[in-house]
Amino acid sequence: MPTMSEKILAKASGKNQVEAGDIVIANIDVAMAHDLTGPLSVESFEKIGTEKVWDSSKIVIPFDHQVPADSIDSAKNHMIMRKFVKEQGIENFYDVNAGVCHQILPELGHVVPGEVVVGADSHTCTHGALGAFSTGIGSTDMAMVFSEGNLWFKVPETNRFNITGKLKENVYAKDVILNIIGQVSVDGSTYKACEFAGQTVSDMSISDRMVLCNMAIEMGGKTGLVEPDKKTINYVEKRSNKPYKVFKTDLNSSSLNIIDIDVSDLEPQVACPHHVDNVKPVSEVDQEIDQVFLGSCTNGRLSDLRDAAKILKGNKVANGVRMLVIPASKEIYSKALDEGLLKIFVDAGALVSAPCCGPCLGGHTGIIGPDEVSLSTSNRNFKGRQGSPDGKVYLSSAAVAAASAIEGKIVVPE
Amino acid sequence: MKGTAWKFGNDIDTDIIVPGRYLIYTDEERLSEHCMEGLDAEFNEKCKKGDFIVAGTNFGCGSSREHAPIALKGVGVAAVIAESFARIFYRNATNVGVPLLEAPGITKIVEDGDEIEVDMEKGCITSANGETITFKKLPPFMLEILEQGGLIEYLKNKK
Repeated sequence: MPTMSEKILAKASGKNQVEAGDIVIANIDVAMAHDLTGPLSVESFEKIGTEKVWDSSKIVIPFDHQVPADSIDSAKNHMIMRKFVKEQGIENFYDVNAGVCHQILPELGHVVPGEVVVGADSHTCTHGALGAFSTGIGSTDMAMVFSEGNLWFKVPETNRFNITGKLKENVYAKDVILNIIGQVSVDGSTYKACEFAGQTVSDMSISDRMVLCNMAIEMGGKTGLVEPDKKTINYVEKRSNKPYKVFKTDLNSSSLNIIDIDVSDLEPQVACPHHVDNVKPVSEVDQEIDQVFLGSCTNGRLSDLRDAAKILKGNKVANGVRMLVIPASKEIYSKALDEGLLKIFVDAGALVSAPCCGPCLGGHTGIIGPDEVSLSTSNRNFKGRQGSPDGKVYLSSAAVAAASAIEGKIVVPE
Repeated sequence: MKGTAWKFGNDIDTDIIVPGRYLIYTDEERLSEHCMEGLDAEFNEKCKKGDFIVAGTNFGCGSSREHAPIALKGVGVAAVIAESFARIFYRNATNVGVPLLEAPGITKIVEDGDEIEVDMEKGCITSANGETITFKKLPPFMLEILEQGGLIEYLKNKK
């Protein structure tokens, strides 16, 4: 009996049934490349020599990594992509004012359950939160998709994390996924689909489910997945006119490995340098910080801004600490403006920037120097990830980030 | 193939192979200038064409940036030999023509700076002191892709 990954890939490859280990050629429903991986994809596409992309309505090009352009080289990359969009008649193009790709694709209705989504970005696994099979690929593979509309896949086995227990008040989806990665390690799900299931996940919002799926790649996962339910359908029907199909996993599948996780006693977690599985309870960490980044495709959503604002209201960011707040999309930015959240951040002494990836990948704003320490709500703490290879990056929830900004050191939110 | 082995540890991520701030470049030359610089600032200088990288588990984890295998190609790495590889990197490296050889046990028989020999046809690696280890031979189509410098060249030559 198949898993949801097997069912989706069977449908996409025109077969009745496929099994983990099979190699299939699957039709692609959505293909995304952004301003940083797009230029290489376009270069490869042009080398292939195909004149027209397979379907200009299924390609999405958002600018998010280096927006607005911070150098002549990134401006040139943007020009390459704008030219490609114009020449190929790409229908879904989002210039510098839209937001982070993994937020705007679901938010603007580009992803629905049962689809196969590929993105030239490893965190494309985020979209599995809506029940799509969604995975990151490189630029040459993306060029093949632009040209042919399909791609070969090895059908993955599945690690299904069955998560139960009620989360404590200051514990969030981010703490759950950091804890899981700490348990299974950074290659604990390599080549596998990571399903998140159980009562705790059913109780979570779509935003929280996106946090779990976003970090599937940090344990080597091919995709993150959550079975669609009423919340998913409500989210999708509000945002998309595309037809969708709900697939669920048969629990007696032979390619399924179920891992039970009880989160009732979980404390706030932090991933310490330089690997995402170097996870400790916040209470065991004694670390002063120079910079706090609240944002990214992991935790730059409205609920994260609300959680942080609640803590920062009436307080000040500690002397000597810089706090950057970057809402993940235009919609989130606008709602945060309406709700007065951005004013709370500004009054607390934080710097609020327009939607983009920010310091997450160390290529644009908020780069850290040697020996500086960043506490970040993003997804990677690799050596040199946010700037100097001698800097340090810690990862946490929005609430831990906000409380720590006030204290100047990493602390548990009260 | 004979060359010097440059040895790295486990979980070498794509931010180490080429940091995010250089992804604005797409050409081999400029990317290769920064290859592995977070761990070894001189790597680009000391790695010669035909040398090997030997590494532990999960080599290439992290981002989908194809800039990473392009940088390795630029410095002239003939193959990466590791205990295991991350998934997206494995595809990307093959697509741009950098051979990845999965050889469990390799880190036990090779030290940094050793001269080693790799026999792609036999699927075996000989260490500096004559010990050998086998790797799973690559299928013929993959060898062809690698010989022609990557997937795009392979497809063009097939047409």
